[in-house]
Amino acid sequence: MGRYVLRRLLQVVGLTFAFITITFIILQAMPGDITNMYISPEIPPEVRQALRERFGVDQPLLSQYARYITNFLRGDLGYSFRHYPRSVWDIIWERLPRTFVLFFTATVGYFYLGFTLGKIIAWKRGTVFEYTTTVGGVFLYSLFLPMYALLVIWFFAMRLGWFPVSQFITPRLWRGVEVTSNTIFGYIILSAAVFIAVMIIAMVFGNRVSRTRKARKYFHLGIGGVTLGIIIVWWVASGQAVLAMNIFHHMALPVLTLTTGAFAGSMLLMRDSMLETIKEDYVMAARAKGLPEREVRDRHAARTALLPMVTSFTLAIASVLNGGIITETIFSWPGMGQTLVKSVQTNDWPLALGTFAFTGIFVLFAHLAVDILYAVLDPRIRY
Amino acid sequence: MEQENIAYGKARVGRQLWKMKLSLWWKAVCTNTRLFREARIGMLGLVIIIAFGVFGAVYPWWIRQDISVYDPVVGFDDTITRHPSAPTLRHPLGTDMVGRDILSQMMSSTRVAFTMGLVAATFTASIATIVGAVAAYYGGFVDTVFMRTANILMLFPFLAFIPVLSAMMEITFLRFAVIIGLLSGFGGATLIVKSKALGVVNKPYIEAAKVAGGSNFHIIRRHVIPNILSLSFLYMMFSVQAAIFSEAILSWLGFLHIRMSWGIMLYSASRAGYLVGPQMTRYWWMWLPAGVGISLLCAAFYLVGRGLDPIVNPRLRRR
Repeated sequence: MGRYVLRRLLQVVGLTFAFITITFIILQAMPGDITNMYISPEIPPEVRQALRERFGVDQPLLSQYARYITNFLRGDLGYSFRHYPRSVWDIIWERLPRTFVLFFTATVGYFYLGFTLGKIIAWKRGTVFEYTTTVGGVFLYSLFLPMYALLVIWFFAMRLGWFPVSQFITPRLWRGVEVTSNTIFGYIILSAAVFIAVMIIAMVFGNRVSRTRKARKYFHLGIGGVTLGIIIVWWVASGQAVLAMNIFHHMALPVLTLTTGAFAGSMLLMRDSMLETIKEDYVMAARAKGLPEREVRDRHAARTALLPMVTSFTLAIASVLNGGIITETIFSWPGMGQTLVKSVQTNDWPLALGTFAFTGIFVLFAHLAVDILYAVLDPRIRY
Repeated sequence: MEQENIAYGKARVGRQLWKMKLSLWWKAVCTNTRLFREARIGMLGLVIIIAFGVFGAVYPWWIRQDISVYDPVVGFDDTITRHPSAPTLRHPLGTDMVGRDILSQMMSSTRVAFTMGLVAATFTASIATIVGAVAAYYGGFVDTVFMRTANILMLFPFLAFIPVLSAMMEITFLRFAVIIGLLSGFGGATLIVKSKALGVVNKPYIEAAKVAGGSNFHIIRRHVIPNILSLSFLYMMFSVQAAIFSEAILSWLGFLHIRMSWGIMLYSASRAGYLVGPQMTRYWWMWLPAGVGISLLCAAFYLVGRGLDPIVNPRLRRR
């Protein structure tokens, strides 16, 4: 196992370099360079040339590549051309929290919805409920995302006026405030992390507190309620609850769109996985014991069926950092996806390559993590 | 005399074997059809696909009325003064902002979507099958190379690649389909097909074929590939959807400029500002047909894929 992990780690390192090299070549092969931004014919050629020299795009490709790689190894991703004095890291750190909070919420949302519906439709196989849920889910899944998002905006934001049309904050509200939106995003992530950590600890220690299931349930609910209460009190006391609510208000529509549009994939995965476990002997044994149907479904069948969901969830979480190009463009959510499209469109290659490399490394490690996770969770697989 | 007998016997056995194979094959077709029809969602998908097929097939007759009016790209109706015009009998789905008939755009886009989807899916399925079988059979170094290639291709910077490509050549929808097929064939689809092939390669009959002296090529061709073909066929359905979707998304973002497609229709309507605010409901015929086309056809192929699932994966069948 140790040797396997080591070998795969080496491969991931090699892959990262191969990936950066390929992306570098493709980005350099794109027609034009950053000076195309200044399209005005009044700019004399000398100025254009001076700009090229300043950005270093006039140098031979090989020396540009060598310099990029040496800087990359030092952890320096260079400077963005379009936002010139700002470094690529600076831009990534600015955009990442926004993308992360939005897409993490949406991913957790649609996986949870898919998991719940998937186990139910597998259990109710052959009923009208299964049929309608599957067909409905597949149609939502294949809806053309830009069109769906625009329809959602039109209905909820324009017709009903419940939610803002686009952007991620209301500038008017934030004008007099000292804290930046990233601080608030940081606190949101921190609060969520604290809550999840407390719940996991409560789950682990739940067994020691009481043996009966009912008492455990109250214990979990109590711990969860108290933690949530403390977090909310802290937010209100610090006076930043309004700002956080403002962000959540803007997040509602994109999350709704992504959740309803994507749950079918995980739902059908869960269904298939459930159908396989339902036939196992231990499910029949659980039934023979006279356990209630719900209990058999949730505690005996669904738990084993979770394995493919875990791997697919890990891969989905890794690509959360990519953000959704479509979602971010339509909801004007200035995150990683938009950065990627804009930097590619304007030939800002350091920013484009930096973003590609940053998100790509996470996906590569997620693939590795999935393989290891499989070996840990499924005792039948050995390396 | 004896030799004649042997030859006669051979011919007889040969013919019977042929008959037996045929009847076995026919039996398999019957069972699979029954299984497919049992899963009603697959039938629903098939009906939608056939409907789209008919819709696309009518296209030549529809534009034959008057090619200068009904051409999907350069047509113009000068009997109407203001474009976009609402649906009438002359233009059942209205016209767009430059006076082109939307119904004929829809029909021609359907043909594009079908061709593109099928070409891409054929490439994906055949590459994934061959690479998956070879990687699983040989294992070791060959396997590592193909699997790591697949990992990289799954991260491929597609957004940057399309402008580069379009600088080198004109991207027609056929070329686009081939590119998508190659990328997903060596990419994600291979990983799935290979994991199925791994199960096949470890079966005793592969061992038996090796002992009987079968060459590697023979074993892969006659024993490994036929057993993973059904899964590849299933993935073909899903990659049709992937091809149509990625064309639409890339066109929508303005990265792709093929002549006419659903994505292009939506792109031009959105560029001209018909997809924002109250315009959206007022000029619904500018975006609704293309959007419904993409969604319905993709859903249909997906449903057929789901219907094929119990045939490919016996564990999903009802007991």
